[in-house]
Amino acid sequence: MAFRLKLVPDETHINFFQWQWLTFGVSAFAMVASVVITLVMGLNFGIDFKGGTTIRTETTTAFEVGDYREALNNLNLGDVSITEVFDPSFGATKHVAMVRIGTTEETGSVTPEQLNQVEAALKTVDPNVSFASVESVGPKVSGELIQTAVYAVVAASLAIMFYIWLRFEWQFAIGAVVSILHDVLLTVGLFSLFQLKFDLTTIAALLTTLGFSVNDTVVVFDRLRENLIKYKTMPLIDVMNLTCNETLSRTIMTAVTTGIALTAMLIFGGDVVREFVIAMLWGVLVGCYSTIYVAKNIVLWLGVKRDWSKPDPKEKQDEIPAAFRDAP
Amino acid sequence: MLQIPAWKRVLILGLIALGLLYAVPNLFYNRVEQHNDAIANMERSGVETPEDLAAKAGWPNWMPSGLVNLGLDLRGGAHLLGEVHVADVYKARMDSLWPELRDALVAQRETIGAVRRVTAPDGQLIIEIGNADQIAKAVEIARGMATPVTSISGAGSTDLDIKGSGNRLTVQLSDAEKAATDDRTVQQSLEIIRRRIDEVGTREPTIMRQGADRILIQVPGIGSAEELKQLIGTTAKLTFNPVVSRGTDANARPAAGQVVLPSLDEQGIYYTLEQNPVVTGEDLTDARPSFDQNGQPSVDFRFGPAGAKRFGAYTSANIGQPFAIVLDNQVISAPVIRQAITTGSGQISGSMDVEGSTRLAVLLRAGALPAEMTFLEERTIGPELGQDSIDAGRLSSIIATGAVVAYMIASYGLFGVFASVAVILNVILILSIMSMMGATLTLPGIAGIVLTVGTAVDANVIIYERIREELRRGKRVAKAIDDGFNEAMSAIIDANVTSFIAAMVMFFLGSGPVKGFAVTLTIGLVTSVFTAIFLTRLLIVFWLDLRKPKQLVL
Repeated sequence: MAFRLKLVPDETHINFFQWQWLTFGVSAFAMVASVVITLVMGLNFGIDFKGGTTIRTETTTAFEVGDYREALNNLNLGDVSITEVFDPSFGATKHVAMVRIGTTEETGSVTPEQLNQVEAALKTVDPNVSFASVESVGPKVSGELIQTAVYAVVAASLAIMFYIWLRFEWQFAIGAVVSILHDVLLTVGLFSLFQLKFDLTTIAALLTTLGFSVNDTVVVFDRLRENLIKYKTMPLIDVMNLTCNETLSRTIMTAVTTGIALTAMLIFGGDVVREFVIAMLWGVLVGCYSTIYVAKNIVLWLGVKRDWSKPDPKEKQDEIPAAFRDAP
Repeated sequence: MLQIPAWKRVLILGLIALGLLYAVPNLFYNRVEQHNDAIANMERSGVETPEDLAAKAGWPNWMPSGLVNLGLDLRGGAHLLGEVHVADVYKARMDSLWPELRDALVAQRETIGAVRRVTAPDGQLIIEIGNADQIAKAVEIARGMATPVTSISGAGSTDLDIKGSGNRLTVQLSDAEKAATDDRTVQQSLEIIRRRIDEVGTREPTIMRQGADRILIQVPGIGSAEELKQLIGTTAKLTFNPVVSRGTDANARPAAGQVVLPSLDEQGIYYTLEQNPVVTGEDLTDARPSFDQNGQPSVDFRFGPAGAKRFGAYTSANIGQPFAIVLDNQVISAPVIRQAITTGSGQISGSMDVEGSTRLAVLLRAGALPAEMTFLEERTIGPELGQDSIDAGRLSSIIATGAVVAYMIASYGLFGVFASVAVILNVILILSIMSMMGATLTLPGIAGIVLTVGTAVDANVIIYERIREELRRGKRVAKAIDDGFNEAMSAIIDANVTSFIAAMVMFFLGSGPVKGFAVTLTIGLVTSVFTAIFLTRLLIVFWLDLRKPKQLVL
């Protein structure tokens, strides 16, 4: 018999609802905690959302952030932050810093003259320094970008909810949207907790994981619908457990392959996309959890119509579970 | 399901082969790019230089030469989001309406009394008349000057909005005309910016309108956003105005119809000029950089017939008088007319270097922007950073694919190999479709491809898990595989549609890199469904036909 790597045994009989109050409690707590953390600590908005200027500097020799700061202090630029960027791919001769200059009251963002001054000041500290990228976004656009980002997340959630309602039942749609909300809140919470840079690409990551999480949920729902037709009188909770056990292998498998791919990107993809990949990786983990522990539970509590084959009420008395019936 | 007709097999394999063929140019990116550039170059200039011919020969003509367009974050370049000040045009319209309206009103002086223009907010023309009781008459005269708006939404309305109250007559553009004007202004700006950038001859710039009054400009390969801004940010409004006087007072009060403008070279010198120009930059037919008699960089220009005639008439009538060459509200120079200039050509010289004269010539040739622009977003990405990102992206894609392949083979054995073939072909297909569409690959897009590597196996996993279940129920191999594919189909469709919805939302609401990511993701969804459902099945069918296995360990 050939070797097969199986993270999940062929037959599982895990009762996913055994601890449902605990898992629900954890989810609810995590959601509330995310909201509280975000409100208290705020998000580390990138210039896309906050306006301002970022300059990425690259140099061949090690430098002191303090020296940079001192050089820029005299320029009277207002809110300046300088962080050194570390990445395993840089090697010994590459040292990168991000200089961020906030928007000023009068002009909005940094003027070209100020930019030249900044570059000149940094050149005096380190003549080898080069400016790999310079980006600035005015406060007018950044406000609009936030608005668009929020619209995007809401629009995607509604569109997905509508599609699921169309294909399944409204209870499923509610379940899926609650799990979307769960994933989005937890991701935002993570970004706030670790003060990771939150910008436009983070929103893209958020939307992708949102799609991924629903994708996962839908596969389970699809099987649930099939089993609801098969086992008409089995208690809903048992049908759900059966479904979840049947699809568990696939859920884990897909989470692992996606996780592997994203981890490779996280390690070797460079620092420019790091936040983006973190958001996706976290989204995949949370999405996997919410598929198993959030979406289904909501459907269970809402209850769902049991007869998917025909409107005839007599059908309900059919015996289970041997009767195998094809999907209509 | 397992009986795949021969034509379908050929079609599937043919599509794959086509995909491979179109992905090939990306392996030789530089060579193909030079080949394409050379062809474009020869088409534009009509000259076949040996270098261009050599570059063209670097890639066979019969091969596809479409490439994945690299986004700014990968190639390096500049990105600008500009806002056109559409309201500037309202003011210009009012200023040009005034003389005409004044003449019409003055003709009726006996009834409406003296006519006087008073200061008004930009975009409004406020006129005081002597006899307040005759305001209705003044309104009637002004209304006579309005013309119908020629736009779909503005049908039935006129271009002027005229109100009279007391002794004041207020004229401004009507809302319908404003909307029509805004649209024209932005279109014109777009066209002029495109001409200016094309003049510089850079590769594949993106210049497009965004929203009502914004223009997005992305130029790969340009040094910095600042450079790009100098090229497109200047309005380059050139006029030749009669000079009234020259002085040092910036706050000199000009008479009606006159303006005070600073000199470009001479510090502290201000000229009072007639506001209506003799000729403008619009009359120019050509402008090119050159050198004046002192060897200083200058710009030679030439008027069209109408401009030449007007300029000739003016100069012959005003010999000995100074006239001013004004660029963007600064007096470049104010020479005295020595003789009538009837040839229709002239020269602008002043303090500029060779680069400056080249740029001015480009700006004058391309024409003036109808309104000023301010920049809301500026981004410069250096080429090294782009190359680093490409390298990192390539490395992580290879590692991700390798790891996923290893895991799939460990989990599903031979069927894992089938899925792996599908995954690798999937990545190639994504690249080839992007090449065919000329779609833009951004750094998040590369992350999207890596993500697709992870999720593309999902459809296969759903199918294989289903086959495993069917096998456990004791079905025969072929039957189990057939049922596995059939039963898994609805889950695969639903799962991909939801991802597709998210990708669409990103495409329509996102901008720049996010849009690029959405495109990559969408293409990846389509190709992964194709490879998972059609290609894997075909591979499995080939294997079944070949081996006719009694048993299957999955």
